[in-house]
Amino acid sequence: MNPSFSVVFLTTMSGAGYGMLAWLGILNALGMLPRTGTFGLPAVAVALALTVAGLLASTFHLGRPERAWRAISQWRTSWLSREGVMALATFLPATGFAVAWAALGGGATATVVLGLLAAACGLLTVASQAMIYASLKPVRQWHNAAVLPNFLLLAAFSGVACIAAMAMFWQPGAARIAAALGVLGGVAALAAKLSYWRRIDRSQPVATIESATGLGFLGAVRSLELPHTEENYLLREMGFAVGRKHARRLRRIAVTVGFAAPIVLLAVGLLGAGALLLPLAAAAALTGIYVERWLFFAEATHTVTLYYGRPS
Amino acid sequence: MTAIPQPGAKRLGLVIDLDTCVGCHACAVNCKEWNTSGHAAPLTDFQPYAAQQDGVWLNRVHTYEAGTSDGGNGVTSRTVHFPRSCLHCAEPACVTVCPTGASYKRAEDGIVLVNADICIGCKLCSWACPYGAREFDADQGVMRKCTLCIDRIYNETIPEKERVPACVKTCPAQARHFGDLGDPESAVSILVAERGGFDLMPEMGYRPTNKYLPPRQRKPAAAPPAEAPPTPDGGNKLLRWIDRALSR
Repeated sequence: MNPSFSVVFLTTMSGAGYGMLAWLGILNALGMLPRTGTFGLPAVAVALALTVAGLLASTFHLGRPERAWRAISQWRTSWLSREGVMALATFLPATGFAVAWAALGGGATATVVLGLLAAACGLLTVASQAMIYASLKPVRQWHNAAVLPNFLLLAAFSGVACIAAMAMFWQPGAARIAAALGVLGGVAALAAKLSYWRRIDRSQPVATIESATGLGFLGAVRSLELPHTEENYLLREMGFAVGRKHARRLRRIAVTVGFAAPIVLLAVGLLGAGALLLPLAAAAALTGIYVERWLFFAEATHTVTLYYGRPS
Repeated sequence: MTAIPQPGAKRLGLVIDLDTCVGCHACAVNCKEWNTSGHAAPLTDFQPYAAQQDGVWLNRVHTYEAGTSDGGNGVTSRTVHFPRSCLHCAEPACVTVCPTGASYKRAEDGIVLVNADICIGCKLCSWACPYGAREFDADQGVMRKCTLCIDRIYNETIPEKERVPACVKTCPAQARHFGDLGDPESAVSILVAERGGFDLMPEMGYRPTNKYLPPRQRKPAAAPPAEAPPTPDGGNKLLRWIDRALSR
């Protein structure tokens, strides 16, 4: 599948934003973050800015961005529509959370309740986003049970790394809690990602060129002549093969930059060394997860390529 | 609405005969011709007369080799031409994934359509189709697909016998048949039953309406006639003697 910039950017940035929002709501409820509104307001604002950046980028993927508002209408059947609805719905408690934190402080009941609501909405948005991919039967690398936990864990990891980076400048004690959660989250996310890769490497194509053409009863089938001489939309969008060529190396880059480096930086930051380590950890996590998300698309194959005699 | 309506009795679709298709691409060309000016219009082309042509087609004709050589005793594989278009599935995930309601399945005849006036061009429906039936129109920013020539089959301004999809009307080999696959007594349903029509990728669970008819089993090629033993010319005594002498 073609890893278009807008969708890779959307899922990386909004994942971090919603992950951050979820942790802000939960950690504030547990009293583990600075209570002052001078932390709460910018922290929630950064989380929302990440999601807005992602959502704006996603409209570049649309052929008719001016009609994007129509996408919230089919939430009964469409995960994409549900993602849109949840993304918009999240802004209500999230904005209330920021305002309440600024006006009443983090400890006020209103702030805690709004924060937990925003956390739940954010996680549901990420879950809907994951289900867009997990519900597509023609793409076996997506249509499996590993995709949903992957999206959630990676959002949680990158989100808490961003909180650690910010809290550093307000209250080192709170930053240390976030960094510790970041180390745990990083290990969990890395384990989930490695298990996802093992899973897709072992999975067998569901359909074959024989079942796609129904000609298997005659024996093996091979493509003799294509319908067209040039690449078309189907081959560009669904037959993207450049990524698979470099998959091994890109996986190593994603693991090193997106997981190993931030885990080490967060662990060192936990010991109190260097104020810039935590922001560096967050930047590395986002960069590495961007590569990981690019691969999530580039390594995915679609059954339509069977008709063109290419692997699926 | 993108919810799949209660299936109606009528399920219009195509039956494509892989035995008689000659791979001439006339169906694809007439499809393009009709639909670039009809309900689905325009079907944009970029650089149509230069290198790197790119454009929307609702019907694509592949050619496959099926079976393999049996190693010397003559080839058992065969060439099969294979037109590929929307199958108007009973369970079209392309419809249910649509976030806007632009993609829909008609309750009255089962045809799957795109309303280009509200499509946002998110391309998710094309990802959801295992068969590659949907193509994105980069010029108009919306998704295109086979309409089963909805602007022909119900069109009362053209003669009744022409009220079939453009691909069916144009096929010189009569390899394409149009009809109601929901009616077991219809000509297409009988054809499917008689010839063992099948679904493409049944394991995907989309339950296509369109059916494909398998290439007929060919009779094994008759062995070439054994060479008759040479008989010498009856009138030539010398040759008969030589034949007898050498035959001993």
